[in-house]
Amino acid sequence: MNSTFTGVTSQEYKYGFVTDIEADSVAPGLSEDVIRFISAKKGEPDWLLDFRLKAYRHWLTMTEPDWAKVAYPKPDFQKIVYYSAPKAKAPKYASMDEVDPELKRTFEKLGVPLNEQAALAGVAVDVVFDSVSVTTTYKEKLKAVGIIFCSFSEAVREHPDLVKKYLGSVVPYSDNFYAALNSAVFTDGSFVFIPKGVACPMDLSTYFRINNKESGQFERTLIVAEEGASVSYLEGCTAPQFDTNQLHAAVVELVALDQASIKYSTVQNWYAGDKDGVGGIFNFVTKRGLCKGRASHISWTQVETGSAITWKYPSCILLGDDSIGEFYSVALTNHKQQADTGTKMVHIGRNTKSTIISKGISAGDSSNSYRGLVKVQPKAEGARNFSQCDSMLIGQTCSASTFPYIEVQNRSARVEHEATTSKIGEEQLLYFQQRGIPAEEAISMIINGFCKDVFRELPMEFAVEATKLLSLKLEGSVG
Amino acid sequence: MLSIKNLTASINGTPVLKGIDLEIKAGEIHAIMGPNGSGKSTLGKVLVGHPSYEVTGGEVTFDGKNLFDLEPDVRARAGLFMGFQHPIEVPGVSNAAFLRLAYNKKAEAEGRDELDPLEFDDFIREKIKLVSMKEEFLDRSLNEGFSGGEKKRNEILQMAVLEPKLAILDELDSGLDIDALRVLGDAVNRLMRPERALLVITHFPRILETIRPQFVHVLSGGRILKSAGPELAVELEERGYDWVLEEAAAGGSR
Repeated sequence: MNSTFTGVTSQEYKYGFVTDIEADSVAPGLSEDVIRFISAKKGEPDWLLDFRLKAYRHWLTMTEPDWAKVAYPKPDFQKIVYYSAPKAKAPKYASMDEVDPELKRTFEKLGVPLNEQAALAGVAVDVVFDSVSVTTTYKEKLKAVGIIFCSFSEAVREHPDLVKKYLGSVVPYSDNFYAALNSAVFTDGSFVFIPKGVACPMDLSTYFRINNKESGQFERTLIVAEEGASVSYLEGCTAPQFDTNQLHAAVVELVALDQASIKYSTVQNWYAGDKDGVGGIFNFVTKRGLCKGRASHISWTQVETGSAITWKYPSCILLGDDSIGEFYSVALTNHKQQADTGTKMVHIGRNTKSTIISKGISAGDSSNSYRGLVKVQPKAEGARNFSQCDSMLIGQTCSASTFPYIEVQNRSARVEHEATTSKIGEEQLLYFQQRGIPAEEAISMIINGFCKDVFRELPMEFAVEATKLLSLKLEGSVG
Repeated sequence: MLSIKNLTASINGTPVLKGIDLEIKAGEIHAIMGPNGSGKSTLGKVLVGHPSYEVTGGEVTFDGKNLFDLEPDVRARAGLFMGFQHPIEVPGVSNAAFLRLAYNKKAEAEGRDELDPLEFDDFIREKIKLVSMKEEFLDRSLNEGFSGGEKKRNEILQMAVLEPKLAILDELDSGLDIDALRVLGDAVNRLMRPERALLVITHFPRILETIRPQFVHVLSGGRILKSAGPELAVELEERGYDWVLEEAAAGGSR
């Protein structure tokens, strides 16, 4: 039986090409000078440089966390390139025609919907290539209803008051080691502002891609939905194939005011390293949403299939009364991949509700852990949580773990936790094969069935992509 | 149709089939009976290609082809079917989607037209009548939360969808009440054709009152100890298995 599953491991990384574009980079290493360089390069105001320097000084006092169930050589932070921007004829593109044709071909290979097809699909894309946002589509259309959707750098220039008001308000620079690092050196990212009462007329989408071999990607995303506003945001990630590890330490902050709703969906397919565990992205990301207002709603949906190491806990702080937090996750690991992912739901307001659905799939020699905290604070009268964490194992040499932490400080709270572990074993596979269905299709069907509760939370085109991606990741010479 | 010659097989190095000979021709119904742990279910699993079992000797041809050269899914598309004793549950995979994929895989292999979801819906609604299954079971996840009897109904429904040449039914009667047993037995009979064959594996003779075999074999200790006509089943019902085992012991190893 083992041989049936070893073939599952032979999937080649489809996005493993490098784009040859002259990059404008700083020398590797981190110091206050590098931070000043980045800040100056971007023409930032003093308050932002201060924010960066405070973060950097705090970061120097911190040590890398080691409580996660992942093992890896600690990155040498002095070997990382902290700023790498594609050189361009002009600092800004007025239209797609001005974009480097090489870059456009890259996006075509990635399948990024930047062209007319994007228009038909109704997707506005803010593309981050290494660290600088290349182009933002649909800005005008969104502008008409008062929505701001732009690169983080542009937001700093054009809307400094908004950025200053909300930056670090959900994830303070002192929050954790990687968040502090990001706060010191972030180069770009996305900014979204949905004004009061506006429902964003289309899904907003950002595609991240790490291109430069030694560069870390430290993007910063800030999404603010004012009273009664709503938005659905999609994030897709890929990275080319290198035999060295690349660090990705992003920070995403979401703020939802009264009755606002933010839905954040991610399909993550960073390069995972080869089958022996060489290379791949270290993905250490801090994502947190603040349900600040009454009856606000934040929903995280993630499909994590890539990265050598995943360390990621998209969380919700349920501050406003009657607010709702949701976390839907599929994490697939194969070969030597390690994932320690989950969520935190912190109930502070009254009658707050949270739902956690986590599906972990492990194959090959991988390790896949769910780590989740449900915390009900003393004043969270009537708080409710439902958690379901299911693990599926494929083959004999992978592992799955579940670490649920539950802290309840209010007696009226109701917290339910369910967990299952199952195996795509011989019997299941034989059952499908006995009905004439080949092993690969059988695995794909079983996996998609297993993930159904999460996939139905994804926007349509993402759900299709996610389904394909999982099949692709487990494809090989099964049988 | 199926020719088994001196088949031996083991699991984790322990021999479980120790030389099985069996010929099944088109139009025939065979029953394999035996005490628990005799190896009778093993025979079915080895034939469909269960990966835990290792074939250590002998040969099996199905329609003239060496069965062990074919992957389990290829065997299935060639017309070999097994109704499992314990069908597995698959959360999130709808029964209808599973049935349609199985149907279309076989149709594709035979060069017939595949059915789209709407065509298949018409097709399957006719088929479920045969096994008296409620329509709601089509929309549920495959076998998930089904009772023992409902799972067996679903097995025979799959048989009706795939119309196999040779169906091996492993302990169809376990978990079934008398009425359900009659319904499914009748369904199996209605699916029988002169060009098809059945191999019924059972511990209890009762099912053979509905599905009537021409040949009855007693399997124990990995060998077929006795083969006879349908009267053997009646005798086993009256006298149990011990006398066959004693008779075999007295008469030598075979």
